[in-house]
Amino acid sequence: MKRFLVRRFGQAVVTIFGVLTLVFFLQRLTGDPVYLLLPDAATQEDIDALRHALGLDRPLAVQYFSFIADFVRLDLGRSVAQKLPVTTILASRIPFTLALAGGALLVAGGLGLTIGALLGAFHRHRLALPLGWFVVAAQSMPTFWSGILLILVFAVGLGWLPPSSSGGPEHLIMPALALGLFSLANFARVTRNSVVEELSRQYVRTARARGVPPRRILLRHVARNAAIPVITVAGLEISNLLAGAVIVETVFAWPGLGQLTMQSILARDFPIVQGVVLLGACVTVILNLAADILYSVVDPRIRLQVAR
Amino acid sequence: MSVQAVAAPGTARSRLWVGPGCALLIILALLAIAVMAPLIAPYSPETQNLLGRLKPPGFASRGRVYWLGSDELGRDLLSRLVWGARVSLLVATASVLLSAVVGTILGMLAGYRRGTVEVVLMRIVDVFLSIPAILFAIILVAVLGPGLTNVVVVLALTRWPRHARVAYAQTLAVSVQPYVRLARFMGAGTVRVLVLHVLPNILGALVVVMTLEFGQMVLFEAGLSFLGLGVQPPTPSWGAMLSTGRDYVSTAWWIATFPGLCLFVLVLAANILGDALRDRLDPEQRRG
Repeated sequence: MKRFLVRRFGQAVVTIFGVLTLVFFLQRLTGDPVYLLLPDAATQEDIDALRHALGLDRPLAVQYFSFIADFVRLDLGRSVAQKLPVTTILASRIPFTLALAGGALLVAGGLGLTIGALLGAFHRHRLALPLGWFVVAAQSMPTFWSGILLILVFAVGLGWLPPSSSGGPEHLIMPALALGLFSLANFARVTRNSVVEELSRQYVRTARARGVPPRRILLRHVARNAAIPVITVAGLEISNLLAGAVIVETVFAWPGLGQLTMQSILARDFPIVQGVVLLGACVTVILNLAADILYSVVDPRIRLQVAR
Repeated sequence: MSVQAVAAPGTARSRLWVGPGCALLIILALLAIAVMAPLIAPYSPETQNLLGRLKPPGFASRGRVYWLGSDELGRDLLSRLVWGARVSLLVATASVLLSAVVGTILGMLAGYRRGTVEVVLMRIVDVFLSIPAILFAIILVAVLGPGLTNVVVVLALTRWPRHARVAYAQTLAVSVQPYVRLARFMGAGTVRVLVLHVLPNILGALVVVMTLEFGQMVLFEAGLSFLGLGVQPPTPSWGAMLSTGRDYVSTAWWIATFPGLCLFVLVLAANILGDALRDRLDPEQRRG
Protein backbone atom coordinates (compact mmCIF):
# COMPACT_ATOMS: atom_id res chain seq x y z
CA MET A 1 0.00 0.00 0.00
CA LYS A 2 2.77 2.38 0.96
CA ARG A 3 4.64 1.66 -2.24
CA PHE A 4 1.51 2.29 -4.28
CA LEU A 5 0.86 5.60 -2.51
CA VAL A 6 4.41 6.84 -3.03
CA ARG A 7 4.39 5.88 -6.68
CA ARG A 8 1.00 7.39 -7.42
CA PHE A 9 1.87 10.56 -5.51
CA GLY A 10 5.11 10.89 -7.46
CA GLN A 11 3.17 10.61 -10.72
CA ALA A 12 0.86 13.41 -9.62
CA VAL A 13 3.79 15.70 -8.79
CA VAL A 14 5.42 15.00 -12.16
CA THR A 15 2.15 15.76 -13.93
CA ILE A 16 1.71 19.11 -12.18
CA PHE A 17 5.32 19.95 -12.97
CA GLY A 18 4.58 19.14 -16.61
CA VAL A 19 1.53 21.39 -16.61
CA LEU A 20 3.62 24.25 -15.21
CA THR A 21 6.24 23.74 -17.91
CA LEU A 22 3.59 23.61 -20.61
CA VAL A 23 1.89 26.79 -19.44
CA PHE A 24 5.21 28.61 -19.07
CA PHE A 25 6.31 27.85 -22.60
CA LEU A 26 2.84 28.44 -23.99
CA GLN A 27 3.10 32.05 -22.90
CA ARG A 28 6.35 32.40 -24.79
CA LEU A 29 5.01 30.63 -27.85
CA THR A 30 4.06 33.87 -29.54
CA GLY A 31 7.37 35.46 -28.63
CA ASP A 32 7.04 37.93 -25.81
CA PRO A 33 4.28 37.59 -23.20
CA VAL A 34 4.37 41.37 -22.74
CA TYR A 35 2.30 41.69 -25.91
CA LEU A 36 -0.38 39.51 -24.32
CA LEU A 37 -0.58 41.90 -21.41
CA LEU A 38 -0.54 45.30 -23.07
CA PRO A 39 -3.07 47.02 -25.30
CA ASP A 40 -2.10 47.43 -28.96
CA ALA A 41 -1.46 51.16 -28.51
CA ALA A 42 1.33 50.66 -25.93
CA THR A 43 4.57 52.58 -26.56
CA GLN A 44 8.04 51.05 -26.58
CA GLU A 45 8.74 52.58 -23.14
CA ASP A 46 5.61 50.92 -21.71
CA ILE A 47 6.75 47.62 -23.13
CA ASP A 48 10.26 47.93 -21.71
CA ALA A 49 8.98 49.06 -18.32
CA LEU A 50 6.56 46.15 -18.02
CA ARG A 51 9.17 43.72 -19.27
CA HIS A 52 11.53 44.85 -16.54
CA ALA A 53 8.81 44.92 -13.86
CA LEU A 54 7.83 41.33 -14.64
CA GLY A 55 11.44 40.20 -14.79
CA LEU A 56 11.08 39.21 -18.44
CA ASP A 57 14.47 40.73 -19.30
CA ARG A 58 16.14 37.93 -17.34
CA PRO A 59 17.43 34.73 -19.02
CA LEU A 60 14.73 32.20 -19.85
CA ALA A 61 16.03 29.55 -17.45
CA VAL A 62 16.00 32.02 -14.54
CA GLN A 63 12.45 33.02 -15.38
CA TYR A 64 11.39 29.40 -15.57
CA PHE A 65 12.77 28.47 -12.17
CA SER A 66 11.38 31.56 -10.49
CA PHE A 67 7.99 30.73 -12.07
CA ILE A 68 8.13 27.25 -10.53
CA ALA A 69 9.36 28.60 -7.20
CA ASP A 70 6.54 31.17 -7.10
CA PHE A 71 4.01 28.46 -7.80
CA VAL A 72 5.32 26.31 -4.96
CA ARG A 73 4.92 29.34 -2.68
CA LEU A 74 1.34 29.65 -4.01
CA ASP A 75 2.22 32.95 -5.65
CA LEU A 76 0.52 33.13 -9.04
CA GLY A 77 1.59 36.67 -9.82
CA ARG A 78 -0.47 39.85 -9.95
CA SER A 79 -3.46 40.79 -12.01
CA VAL A 80 -2.53 43.39 -14.63
CA ALA A 81 -5.90 45.12 -14.59
CA GLN A 82 -6.83 44.92 -10.91
CA LYS A 83 -3.31 45.20 -9.40
CA LEU A 84 -4.15 42.48 -6.87
CA PRO A 85 -2.53 39.09 -6.28
CA VAL A 86 -4.09 36.49 -8.58
CA THR A 87 -4.67 34.15 -5.63
CA THR A 88 -6.78 36.79 -3.85
CA ILE A 89 -8.94 37.33 -6.92
CA LEU A 90 -9.35 33.59 -7.52
CA ALA A 91 -10.26 33.02 -3.87
CA SER A 92 -13.08 35.57 -4.09
CA ARG A 93 -14.65 33.69 -7.03
CA ILE A 94 -14.10 30.09 -5.95
CA PRO A 95 -17.15 29.84 -3.62
CA PHE A 96 -19.50 30.70 -6.50
CA THR A 97 -18.04 28.10 -8.84
CA LEU A 98 -18.02 25.51 -6.04
CA ALA A 99 -21.70 26.20 -5.34
CA LEU A 100 -22.54 25.81 -9.02
CA ALA A 101 -20.45 22.65 -9.43
CA GLY A 102 -21.91 21.25 -6.20
CA GLY A 103 -25.46 21.84 -7.37
CA ALA A 104 -24.64 20.32 -10.74
CA LEU A 105 -23.02 17.32 -9.05
CA LEU A 106 -26.22 16.81 -7.07
CA VAL A 107 -28.21 16.78 -10.31
CA ALA A 108 -25.73 14.68 -12.31
CA GLY A 109 -24.90 12.24 -9.52
CA GLY A 110 -28.44 11.92 -8.17
CA LEU A 111 -30.14 11.47 -11.53
CA GLY A 112 -27.22 9.64 -13.14
CA LEU A 113 -26.82 7.03 -10.41
CA THR A 114 -30.57 6.42 -10.18
CA ILE A 115 -31.04 6.08 -13.94
CA GLY A 116 -27.89 3.98 -14.27
CA ALA A 117 -28.94 1.62 -11.49
CA LEU A 118 -32.43 1.26 -12.98
CA LEU A 119 -31.00 0.64 -16.45
CA GLY A 120 -28.62 -1.96 -15.06
CA ALA A 121 -31.11 -3.80 -12.88
CA PHE A 122 -33.91 -3.80 -15.44
CA HIS A 123 -32.01 -3.71 -18.73
CA ARG A 124 -34.60 -5.93 -20.42
CA HIS A 125 -37.53 -3.77 -19.33
CA ARG A 126 -39.37 -1.95 -22.10
CA LEU A 127 -38.79 1.39 -20.39
CA ALA A 128 -35.02 0.84 -20.54
CA LEU A 129 -34.79 1.99 -24.16
CA PRO A 130 -36.47 5.40 -23.73
CA LEU A 131 -34.51 5.94 -20.54
CA GLY A 132 -31.29 5.16 -22.42
CA TRP A 133 -32.32 7.65 -25.10
CA PHE A 134 -32.84 10.28 -22.45
CA VAL A 135 -29.26 9.76 -21.25
CA VAL A 136 -27.79 10.11 -24.76
CA ALA A 137 -29.97 13.15 -25.46
CA ALA A 138 -28.91 14.85 -22.21
CA GLN A 139 -25.27 14.23 -23.13
CA SER A 140 -25.74 15.79 -26.57
CA MET A 141 -27.30 19.00 -25.31
CA PRO A 142 -24.77 21.83 -25.15
CA THR A 143 -25.07 23.55 -21.78
CA PHE A 144 -25.28 26.94 -23.47
CA TRP A 145 -28.39 25.78 -25.30
CA SER A 146 -30.16 23.98 -22.45
CA GLY A 147 -29.33 26.97 -20.28
CA ILE A 148 -30.99 29.39 -22.70
CA LEU A 149 -34.00 27.07 -23.09
CA LEU A 150 -34.38 26.96 -19.30
CA ILE A 151 -34.27 30.76 -19.21
CA LEU A 152 -36.86 30.91 -22.01
CA VAL A 153 -39.26 28.58 -20.23
CA PHE A 154 -38.84 29.27 -16.53
CA ALA A 155 -37.75 32.92 -16.49
CA VAL A 156 -39.20 34.55 -19.62
CA GLY A 157 -42.25 32.31 -20.11
CA LEU A 158 -43.41 31.24 -16.66
CA GLY A 159 -41.56 33.86 -14.63
CA TRP A 160 -40.83 31.36 -11.84
CA LEU A 161 -37.07 31.84 -11.63
CA PRO A 162 -34.71 34.79 -12.03
CA PRO A 163 -33.07 34.74 -15.49
CA SER A 164 -29.48 35.34 -14.40
CA SER A 165 -26.85 36.69 -11.96
CA SER A 166 -26.40 35.57 -8.38
CA GLY A 167 -28.43 35.90 -5.22
CA GLY A 168 -30.49 33.38 -3.28
CA PRO A 169 -30.61 29.64 -3.91
CA GLU A 170 -33.26 30.15 -6.59
CA HIS A 171 -30.57 31.72 -8.78
CA LEU A 172 -28.63 28.47 -8.65
CA ILE A 173 -31.40 26.13 -9.85
CA MET A 174 -31.17 26.71 -13.61
CA PRO A 175 -27.36 26.85 -13.95
CA ALA A 176 -26.98 23.70 -11.85
CA LEU A 177 -29.63 21.93 -13.91
CA ALA A 178 -28.06 22.91 -17.24
CA LEU A 179 -24.59 21.81 -16.14
CA GLY A 180 -25.78 18.69 -14.31
CA LEU A 181 -27.92 17.31 -17.12
CA PHE A 182 -24.96 17.41 -19.49
CA SER A 183 -22.80 15.40 -17.08
CA LEU A 184 -25.26 12.78 -15.91
CA ALA A 185 -24.56 10.49 -18.88
CA ASN A 186 -21.20 9.27 -17.61
CA PHE A 187 -22.57 8.50 -14.16
CA ALA A 188 -25.51 6.65 -15.68
CA ARG A 189 -23.39 4.67 -18.12
CA VAL A 190 -20.77 3.52 -15.65
CA THR A 191 -23.36 2.65 -13.03
CA ARG A 192 -25.36 0.68 -15.59
CA ASN A 193 -22.39 -1.31 -16.90
CA SER A 194 -21.14 -1.96 -13.41
CA VAL A 195 -24.53 -3.20 -12.15
CA VAL A 196 -24.97 -5.43 -15.22
CA GLU A 197 -21.52 -6.90 -14.65
CA GLU A 198 -22.07 -7.52 -10.96
CA LEU A 199 -25.46 -9.14 -11.61
CA SER A 200 -23.77 -11.77 -13.78
CA ARG A 201 -21.42 -12.85 -10.98
CA GLN A 202 -21.49 -16.13 -9.10
CA TYR A 203 -22.42 -14.63 -5.76
CA VAL A 204 -25.61 -13.22 -7.22
CA ARG A 205 -26.58 -16.61 -8.59
CA THR A 206 -25.80 -18.21 -5.24
CA ALA A 207 -27.89 -15.65 -3.39
CA ARG A 208 -30.75 -16.18 -5.84
CA ALA A 209 -30.53 -19.94 -5.44
CA ARG A 210 -30.70 -19.54 -1.69
CA GLY A 211 -33.94 -17.64 -2.13
CA VAL A 212 -32.74 -14.18 -1.18
CA PRO A 213 -35.35 -11.67 -2.42
CA PRO A 214 -34.23 -9.82 -5.60
CA ARG A 215 -34.57 -6.42 -3.97
CA ARG A 216 -32.24 -7.47 -1.19
CA ILE A 217 -29.71 -8.86 -3.68
CA LEU A 218 -29.67 -5.54 -5.53
CA LEU A 219 -29.50 -3.22 -2.56
CA ARG A 220 -27.30 -5.30 -0.27
CA HIS A 221 -24.93 -7.22 -2.48
CA VAL A 222 -24.79 -5.66 -5.92
CA ALA A 223 -24.93 -2.00 -4.92
CA ARG A 224 -21.79 -2.23 -2.77
CA ASN A 225 -19.67 -3.90 -5.42
CA ALA A 226 -21.03 -1.83 -8.27
CA ALA A 227 -20.10 1.37 -6.44
CA ILE A 228 -16.37 0.85 -7.01
CA PRO A 229 -16.02 2.00 -10.65
CA VAL A 230 -18.40 4.86 -9.96
CA ILE A 231 -15.81 6.38 -7.61
CA THR A 232 -13.35 6.90 -10.46
CA VAL A 233 -15.96 8.48 -12.66
CA ALA A 234 -17.02 10.82 -9.88
CA GLY A 235 -13.45 12.14 -9.63
CA LEU A 236 -13.24 12.76 -13.37
CA GLU A 237 -16.70 14.27 -13.59
CA ILE A 238 -16.14 16.76 -10.79
CA SER A 239 -13.24 18.31 -12.69
CA ASN A 240 -15.37 18.26 -15.86
CA LEU A 241 -18.10 20.10 -13.98
CA LEU A 242 -15.65 22.76 -12.83
CA ALA A 243 -14.46 23.27 -16.41
CA GLY A 244 -18.01 23.19 -17.79
CA ALA A 245 -18.83 25.98 -15.36
CA VAL A 246 -16.90 28.41 -17.59
CA ILE A 247 -19.62 28.32 -20.25
CA VAL A 248 -22.61 27.98 -17.93
CA GLU A 249 -21.45 30.95 -15.87
CA THR A 250 -21.32 33.02 -19.05
CA VAL A 251 -24.90 32.05 -19.92
CA PHE A 252 -26.27 32.93 -16.49
CA ALA A 253 -23.89 35.78 -15.58
CA TRP A 254 -22.88 33.75 -12.52
CA PRO A 255 -19.89 35.49 -10.86
CA GLY A 256 -17.58 32.48 -10.53
CA LEU A 257 -14.22 31.50 -12.00
CA GLY A 258 -15.66 31.05 -15.49
CA GLN A 259 -16.98 34.57 -15.72
CA LEU A 260 -13.68 35.80 -14.29
CA THR A 261 -11.79 33.92 -17.01
CA MET A 262 -13.84 35.47 -19.79
CA GLN A 263 -13.57 38.98 -18.32
CA SER A 264 -9.80 38.49 -17.98
CA ILE A 265 -9.43 37.39 -21.59
CA LEU A 266 -11.28 40.47 -22.80
CA ALA A 267 -9.18 42.67 -20.48
CA ARG A 268 -5.97 40.90 -21.59
CA ASP A 269 -5.34 39.98 -17.98
CA PHE A 270 -3.24 36.94 -18.78
CA PRO A 271 -1.98 36.14 -15.23
CA ILE A 272 -5.56 35.47 -14.13
CA VAL A 273 -6.32 33.22 -17.13
CA GLN A 274 -3.12 31.35 -16.38
CA GLY A 275 -4.07 31.11 -12.70
CA VAL A 276 -7.46 29.59 -13.53
CA VAL A 277 -5.86 27.04 -15.86
CA LEU A 278 -3.27 26.03 -13.24
CA LEU A 279 -5.99 25.77 -10.60
CA GLY A 280 -8.12 23.62 -12.91
CA ALA A 281 -5.20 21.31 -13.66
CA CYS A 282 -4.26 20.96 -9.98
CA VAL A 283 -7.84 20.16 -9.01
CA THR A 284 -8.01 17.52 -11.74
CA VAL A 285 -4.73 15.91 -10.69
CA ILE A 286 -5.72 15.91 -7.00
CA LEU A 287 -9.18 14.48 -7.70
CA ASN A 288 -7.73 11.71 -9.85
CA LEU A 289 -5.21 10.93 -7.13
CA ALA A 290 -7.95 10.85 -4.50
CA ALA A 291 -10.10 8.60 -6.68
CA ASP A 292 -7.21 6.19 -7.23
CA ILE A 293 -6.39 6.03 -3.55
CA LEU A 294 -10.03 5.54 -2.57
CA TYR A 295 -10.35 2.92 -5.27
CA SER A 296 -7.36 0.99 -3.99
CA VAL A 297 -8.67 1.15 -0.43
CA VAL A 298 -11.99 -0.32 -1.53
CA ASP A 299 -10.51 -2.85 -3.93
CA PRO A 300 -7.15 -4.34 -2.86
CA ARG A 301 -6.64 -5.97 -6.28
CA ILE A 302 -5.82 -2.59 -7.80
CA ARG A 303 -2.90 -1.68 -5.59
CA LEU A 304 -1.41 -5.14 -6.02
CA GLN A 305 -1.49 -4.66 -9.78
CA VAL A 306 0.23 -1.29 -9.70
CA ALA A 307 2.82 -2.25 -7.10
CA ARG A 308 3.96 -5.25 -9.11
CA MET B 1 -35.33 -12.88 -16.62
CA SER B 2 -32.40 -15.10 -17.57
CA VAL B 3 -34.45 -17.06 -20.13
CA GLN B 4 -35.29 -13.85 -21.98
CA ALA B 5 -31.70 -12.75 -21.81
CA VAL B 6 -30.58 -15.82 -23.71
CA ALA B 7 -33.27 -15.57 -26.38
CA ALA B 8 -32.92 -11.88 -27.16
CA PRO B 9 -29.87 -11.22 -29.43
CA GLY B 10 -30.95 -12.66 -32.79
CA THR B 11 -34.28 -10.87 -32.93
CA ALA B 12 -33.17 -7.61 -31.40
CA ARG B 13 -30.14 -6.97 -33.59
CA SER B 14 -31.88 -5.64 -36.71
CA ARG B 15 -34.03 -3.31 -34.62
CA LEU B 16 -31.00 -2.04 -32.75
CA TRP B 17 -29.50 -0.70 -35.96
CA VAL B 18 -32.41 1.60 -36.78
CA GLY B 19 -31.09 4.31 -34.44
CA PRO B 20 -27.48 4.36 -35.71
CA GLY B 21 -28.76 4.15 -39.31
CA CYS B 22 -30.86 7.27 -38.81
CA ALA B 23 -27.91 8.94 -37.09
CA LEU B 24 -25.67 8.26 -40.08
CA LEU B 25 -28.36 9.61 -42.43
CA ILE B 26 -28.65 12.80 -40.37
CA ILE B 27 -24.90 13.38 -40.45
CA LEU B 28 -24.77 12.74 -44.22
CA ALA B 29 -27.74 15.06 -44.77
CA LEU B 30 -26.11 17.85 -42.77
CA LEU B 31 -22.90 17.25 -44.70
CA ALA B 32 -24.80 17.62 -47.96
CA ILE B 33 -26.43 20.81 -46.71
CA ALA B 34 -23.04 22.18 -45.72
CA VAL B 35 -21.47 21.37 -49.10
CA MET B 36 -24.38 22.80 -51.07
CA ALA B 37 -24.96 25.79 -48.77
CA PRO B 38 -24.92 28.39 -51.59
CA LEU B 39 -27.62 26.44 -53.45
CA ILE B 40 -29.81 25.70 -50.45
CA ALA B 41 -29.72 28.92 -48.45
CA PRO B 42 -32.61 31.13 -49.60
CA TYR B 43 -30.62 34.36 -49.10
CA SER B 44 -27.10 35.49 -48.38
CA PRO B 45 -26.21 34.88 -44.73
CA GLU B 46 -24.65 38.31 -44.43
CA THR B 47 -27.22 40.57 -46.11
CA GLN B 48 -28.66 42.88 -43.50
CA ASN B 49 -32.16 44.32 -43.49
CA LEU B 50 -32.49 46.96 -40.84
CA LEU B 51 -36.26 47.18 -41.29
CA GLY B 52 -36.61 43.46 -40.72
CA ARG B 53 -34.69 43.10 -37.48
CA LEU B 54 -35.66 40.51 -34.83
CA LYS B 55 -38.71 39.37 -36.78
CA PRO B 56 -40.40 36.09 -35.81
CA PRO B 57 -40.46 32.97 -38.04
CA GLY B 58 -42.66 33.30 -41.13
CA PHE B 59 -42.29 37.09 -41.32
CA ALA B 60 -42.22 38.65 -44.80
CA SER B 61 -40.41 41.89 -45.60
CA ARG B 62 -39.20 43.48 -48.84
CA GLY B 63 -40.31 40.52 -50.87
CA ARG B 64 -38.45 38.03 -48.67
CA VAL B 65 -39.87 35.43 -46.35
CA TYR B 66 -37.95 34.73 -43.14
CA TRP B 67 -39.01 31.13 -42.50
CA LEU B 68 -37.14 30.91 -39.21
CA GLY B 69 -37.17 34.62 -38.41
CA SER B 70 -34.36 37.16 -38.53
CA ASP B 71 -31.57 38.19 -36.18
CA GLU B 72 -30.62 41.53 -34.64
CA LEU B 73 -29.28 42.84 -37.99
CA GLY B 74 -32.23 41.56 -40.03
CA ARG B 75 -30.26 38.64 -41.48
CA ASP B 76 -32.17 35.53 -42.47
CA LEU B 77 -31.79 32.93 -39.71
CA LEU B 78 -32.39 29.94 -41.98
CA SER B 79 -29.65 31.04 -44.40
CA ARG B 80 -27.25 31.58 -41.51
CA LEU B 81 -28.05 28.14 -40.12
CA VAL B 82 -27.32 26.52 -43.49
CA TRP B 83 -23.99 28.34 -43.80
CA GLY B 84 -23.26 27.69 -40.13
CA ALA B 85 -23.37 23.95 -40.84
CA ARG B 86 -20.25 24.50 -42.95
CA VAL B 87 -18.26 25.94 -40.08
CA SER B 88 -19.39 23.30 -37.60
CA LEU B 89 -18.69 20.33 -39.84
CA LEU B 90 -15.50 21.73 -41.33
CA VAL B 91 -13.93 22.55 -37.96
CA ALA B 92 -15.07 19.28 -36.37
CA THR B 93 -13.87 17.12 -39.27
CA ALA B 94 -10.52 18.87 -39.64
CA SER B 95 -9.75 18.89 -35.93
CA VAL B 96 -10.76 15.24 -35.44
CA LEU B 97 -8.55 14.18 -38.35
CA LEU B 98 -5.62 16.26 -37.18
CA SER B 99 -5.83 15.09 -33.56
CA ALA B 100 -6.39 11.48 -34.64
CA VAL B 101 -3.31 11.47 -36.87
CA VAL B 102 -1.07 13.07 -34.23
CA GLY B 103 -2.52 11.01 -31.38
CA THR B 104 -2.40 7.72 -33.25
CA ILE B 105 1.21 8.13 -34.37
CA LEU B 106 2.44 9.06 -30.90
CA GLY B 107 0.24 6.47 -29.17
CA MET B 108 1.41 3.67 -31.48
CA LEU B 109 5.05 4.67 -31.02
CA ALA B 110 4.66 4.64 -27.24
CA GLY B 111 2.96 1.26 -27.31
CA TYR B 112 5.41 -0.34 -29.71
CA ARG B 113 8.78 1.08 -28.71
CA ARG B 114 8.14 0.95 -24.94
CA GLY B 115 11.01 2.02 -22.66
CA THR B 116 11.85 5.72 -22.44
CA VAL B 117 9.70 6.66 -25.44
CA GLU B 118 6.70 5.13 -23.71
CA VAL B 119 7.30 6.78 -20.34
CA VAL B 120 7.96 10.24 -21.78
CA LEU B 121 5.07 10.21 -24.28
CA MET B 122 2.50 8.87 -21.84
CA ARG B 123 3.56 11.38 -19.16
CA ILE B 124 3.02 14.14 -21.73
CA VAL B 125 -0.40 12.67 -22.46
CA ASP B 126 -1.17 12.79 -18.72
CA VAL B 127 -0.11 16.42 -18.56
CA PHE B 128 -2.37 17.40 -21.46
CA LEU B 129 -5.29 15.43 -20.07
CA SER B 130 -4.99 16.99 -16.64
CA ILE B 131 -5.78 20.45 -17.96
CA PRO B 132 -9.58 20.63 -18.33
CA ALA B 133 -10.17 20.69 -22.11
CA ILE B 134 -12.25 23.84 -22.34
CA LEU B 135 -9.81 25.79 -20.13
CA PHE B 136 -6.87 24.58 -22.21
CA ALA B 137 -8.67 25.59 -25.40
CA ILE B 138 -9.41 29.01 -23.92
CA ILE B 139 -5.81 29.71 -22.90
CA LEU B 140 -4.58 28.52 -26.31
CA VAL B 141 -6.98 30.82 -28.13
CA ALA B 142 -5.89 33.64 -25.82
CA VAL B 143 -2.30 33.03 -26.94
CA LEU B 144 -2.83 32.17 -30.62
CA GLY B 145 -5.83 34.41 -31.30
CA PRO B 146 -9.26 33.37 -32.65
CA GLY B 147 -10.14 32.43 -36.24
CA LEU B 148 -11.07 29.31 -38.20
CA THR B 149 -7.59 27.79 -38.65
CA ASN B 150 -6.52 28.55 -35.11
CA VAL B 151 -9.65 26.92 -33.70
CA VAL B 152 -8.83 23.73 -35.60
CA VAL B 153 -5.24 23.77 -34.31
CA VAL B 154 -6.38 24.53 -30.77
CA LEU B 155 -8.96 21.73 -30.74
CA ALA B 156 -6.46 19.25 -32.17
CA LEU B 157 -3.85 20.27 -29.57
CA THR B 158 -6.44 19.88 -26.82
CA ARG B 159 -7.83 16.51 -27.82
CA TRP B 160 -4.99 14.47 -29.37
CA PRO B 161 -4.22 12.72 -26.05
CA ARG B 162 -7.60 10.93 -26.19
CA HIS B 163 -6.59 9.25 -29.44
CA ALA B 164 -3.07 8.64 -28.15
CA ARG B 165 -4.38 6.79 -25.09
CA VAL B 166 -6.52 4.43 -27.13
CA ALA B 167 -3.86 3.88 -29.81
CA TYR B 168 -1.33 3.17 -27.05
CA ALA B 169 -3.49 0.64 -25.20
CA GLN B 170 -4.47 -1.12 -28.42
CA THR B 171 -0.90 -1.22 -29.75
CA LEU B 172 0.31 -2.71 -26.47
CA ALA B 173 -2.19 -5.53 -26.88
CA VAL B 174 -1.47 -6.14 -30.57
CA SER B 175 2.33 -5.92 -30.29
CA VAL B 176 2.60 -9.21 -28.41
CA GLN B 177 0.68 -11.09 -31.09
CA PRO B 178 2.73 -13.72 -32.98
CA TYR B 179 2.31 -12.03 -36.38
CA VAL B 180 3.76 -8.76 -35.12
CA ARG B 181 6.67 -10.53 -33.45
CA LEU B 182 7.28 -12.51 -36.60
CA ALA B 183 7.28 -9.40 -38.77
CA ARG B 184 9.78 -7.83 -36.42
CA PHE B 185 11.90 -10.96 -36.42
CA MET B 186 11.90 -10.97 -40.23
CA GLY B 187 13.56 -7.56 -40.09
CA ALA B 188 10.65 -5.20 -40.67
CA GLY B 189 11.33 -1.67 -39.41
CA THR B 190 9.18 0.20 -36.91
CA VAL B 191 7.26 2.14 -39.56
CA ARG B 192 6.54 -0.95 -41.63
CA VAL B 193 5.33 -2.99 -38.65
CA LEU B 194 3.16 -0.18 -37.33
CA VAL B 195 1.56 0.72 -40.65
CA LEU B 196 1.10 -2.75 -42.13
CA HIS B 197 0.58 -4.95 -39.10
CA VAL B 198 -0.53 -2.88 -36.12
CA LEU B 199 -2.64 -0.12 -37.64
CA PRO B 200 -5.13 -2.33 -39.51
CA ASN B 201 -5.80 -4.24 -36.30
CA ILE B 202 -6.43 -1.25 -34.08
CA LEU B 203 -8.43 0.73 -36.64
CA GLY B 204 -11.78 -0.34 -35.20
CA ALA B 205 -11.09 1.17 -31.80
CA LEU B 206 -9.69 4.32 -33.41
CA VAL B 207 -12.80 4.83 -35.54
CA VAL B 208 -14.96 4.56 -32.42
CA VAL B 209 -12.97 7.28 -30.68
CA MET B 210 -13.02 9.47 -33.78
CA THR B 211 -16.80 9.26 -34.05
CA LEU B 212 -17.34 10.09 -30.39
CA GLU B 213 -14.74 12.85 -30.56
CA PHE B 214 -16.49 14.31 -33.61
CA GLY B 215 -19.52 15.16 -31.46
CA GLN B 216 -17.23 16.60 -28.79
CA MET B 217 -15.42 18.77 -31.34
CA VAL B 218 -18.73 20.15 -32.61
CA LEU B 219 -19.57 21.10 -29.03
CA PHE B 220 -16.13 22.62 -28.41
CA GLU B 221 -16.22 24.72 -31.57
CA ALA B 222 -19.71 25.95 -30.69
CA GLY B 223 -18.62 26.60 -27.11
CA LEU B 224 -15.60 28.65 -28.18
CA SER B 225 -17.68 30.59 -30.70
CA PHE B 226 -20.33 31.12 -28.02
CA LEU B 227 -17.66 32.67 -25.80
CA GLY B 228 -16.51 34.83 -28.73
CA LEU B 229 -13.21 32.96 -29.05
CA GLY B 230 -14.04 30.85 -32.08
CA VAL B 231 -14.89 31.74 -35.65
CA GLN B 232 -15.23 35.51 -35.89
CA PRO B 233 -18.23 37.47 -37.21
CA PRO B 234 -19.71 37.96 -39.73
CA THR B 235 -19.01 34.28 -40.59
CA PRO B 236 -22.11 32.43 -39.40
CA SER B 237 -21.44 29.87 -36.67
CA TRP B 238 -24.08 28.11 -34.59
CA GLY B 239 -22.25 28.84 -31.35
CA ALA B 240 -21.95 32.56 -32.08
CA MET B 241 -25.63 32.68 -33.10
CA LEU B 242 -26.53 31.16 -29.73
CA SER B 243 -24.52 33.88 -28.04
CA THR B 244 -26.59 36.54 -29.86
CA GLY B 245 -29.71 34.60 -28.92
CA ARG B 246 -28.68 34.77 -25.26
CA ASP B 247 -28.69 38.57 -25.47
CA TYR B 248 -32.16 38.69 -27.01
CA VAL B 249 -33.62 35.82 -25.02
CA SER B 250 -36.56 37.82 -23.66
CA THR B 251 -37.63 39.31 -26.99
CA ALA B 252 -36.61 36.89 -29.76
CA TRP B 253 -36.73 33.22 -28.70
CA TRP B 254 -36.02 31.91 -32.19
CA ILE B 255 -32.46 33.25 -32.48
CA ALA B 256 -31.14 30.87 -29.81
CA THR B 257 -33.59 28.01 -30.24
CA PHE B 258 -32.86 26.98 -33.84
CA PRO B 259 -29.03 26.98 -33.84
CA GLY B 260 -29.14 25.04 -30.58
CA LEU B 261 -31.49 22.52 -32.12
CA CYS B 262 -29.09 22.03 -35.06
CA LEU B 263 -26.18 21.50 -32.69
CA PHE B 264 -28.18 19.11 -30.57
CA VAL B 265 -29.25 16.99 -33.56
CA LEU B 266 -25.73 16.82 -34.99
CA VAL B 267 -24.09 15.91 -31.67
CA LEU B 268 -26.84 13.44 -30.84
CA ALA B 269 -26.35 11.71 -34.19
CA ALA B 270 -22.58 11.50 -33.65
CA ASN B 271 -23.04 10.14 -30.13
CA ILE B 272 -25.58 7.49 -31.18
CA LEU B 273 -23.38 6.40 -34.06
CA GLY B 274 -20.29 6.34 -31.84
CA ASP B 275 -22.04 4.31 -29.12
CA ALA B 276 -23.31 1.80 -31.66
CA LEU B 277 -19.87 1.45 -33.26
CA ARG B 278 -18.30 1.01 -29.84
CA ASP B 279 -20.67 -1.83 -28.97
CA ARG B 280 -20.16 -3.40 -32.36
CA LEU B 281 -16.46 -2.97 -33.15
CA ASP B 282 -14.92 -3.08 -29.79
CA PRO B 283 -16.90 -4.61 -26.97
CA GLU B 284 -14.05 -4.73 -24.45
CA GLN B 285 -13.26 -1.07 -24.89
CA ARG B 286 -16.60 0.12 -23.45
CA ARG B 287 -15.11 2.83 -21.38
CA GLY B 288 -17.19 4.26 -18.60
